[in-house]
Amino acid sequence: MSSDHTSVDESQEGWRGLARDWSGDRVAFRVPWGKAMMWIFLLSDTFIFGSFLTGYMTVRVSTTAAWPNPSEVFSLVVNGTQLPLLLIAIMTFILISSSGSMAMAVNYGYRHDGKRCAALMVLTALLGATFVGMQAIEWTKLIHEGVRPWTNPFGAAQFGSCFFMITGFHGLHVSAGVVYLLTVARKVRRGDYEKSGNYGIVEIAGLYWHFVDLVWVFIFALFYLW
Amino acid sequence: MSTLADAGAGTGHDQQHPIGTYLKVWILLFVLSTFSYLVDFFHLHGYLRWTLILLLMMAKAGLIVAIFMHLCWERLALICAILAPPVCLLVLVALMLIEADHTFLTRLAFFR
Repeated sequence: MSSDHTSVDESQEGWRGLARDWSGDRVAFRVPWGKAMMWIFLLSDTFIFGSFLTGYMTVRVSTTAAWPNPSEVFSLVVNGTQLPLLLIAIMTFILISSSGSMAMAVNYGYRHDGKRCAALMVLTALLGATFVGMQAIEWTKLIHEGVRPWTNPFGAAQFGSCFFMITGFHGLHVSAGVVYLLTVARKVRRGDYEKSGNYGIVEIAGLYWHFVDLVWVFIFALFYLW
Repeated sequence: MSTLADAGAGTGHDQQHPIGTYLKVWILLFVLSTFSYLVDFFHLHGYLRWTLILLLMMAKAGLIVAIFMHLCWERLALICAILAPPVCLLVLVALMLIEADHTFLTRLAFFR
């Protein structure tokens, strides 16, 4: 790119010029482009989940019917005693554990320990799959109890649509993450990144996975505990 | 932190921290999650419940973003680009809270 910004030559007109102006040849974020792009994607995802949770807040505040008590709706009976939110608590711990193992996978990646890195990523994916499985159990239980997006036996009708939309969209993210992690783990084990000497891809996959865990922190607090 | 940020800037090769750091954060997240579960288990109510829920939520979110996602080792340019935009969501939340409150009062007045 020419240093003289006032002169406009032929190549800076039209679409070509637009592309040159927008690409600008300047670096704002001194990180690999993939990492910057993942962060920007996660930022857009933050707005999607933020809008979902704001929508949930809006219907919950504005409804005149009593909101179902999540503590009772999501409780499990174990040995005759009713434990509130038991399955949800276990799911929370599983997802946090998967985040921990993912952080360690990234660390081993940067140490060029491909074997441990791939193993920890597979473990992370397994924990993620377990999470989705437990969510499927949760959904089945609620659907059997008559919860639908338009009605439910516990109280305000909006409860069902909020529940299915928010946890469904999050579960979709977890499922996609499992596939994503397994794909990257396969490439790690195959030695793709050992050849290039750059395990940055593992960190980028990690960013996505930690984000999924992060969203769950907010859903757990605002939907299940509130 | 600043030395780490300088060392880790750009290359992506040297995000090396001791494994122990992650294990500690992991345990801390477990403890915080247990606390937030106990908030429900002990049936805390009212402002105490809401304050605890929000505090524990922000603490967990902060740990995940700062340590697990390495954001505290990134340069300030990236940190600001990531953390500033979501603040807009708080404006949306404030607007919708006013709107929802208005809807609620209207429903009480006309649809009961």
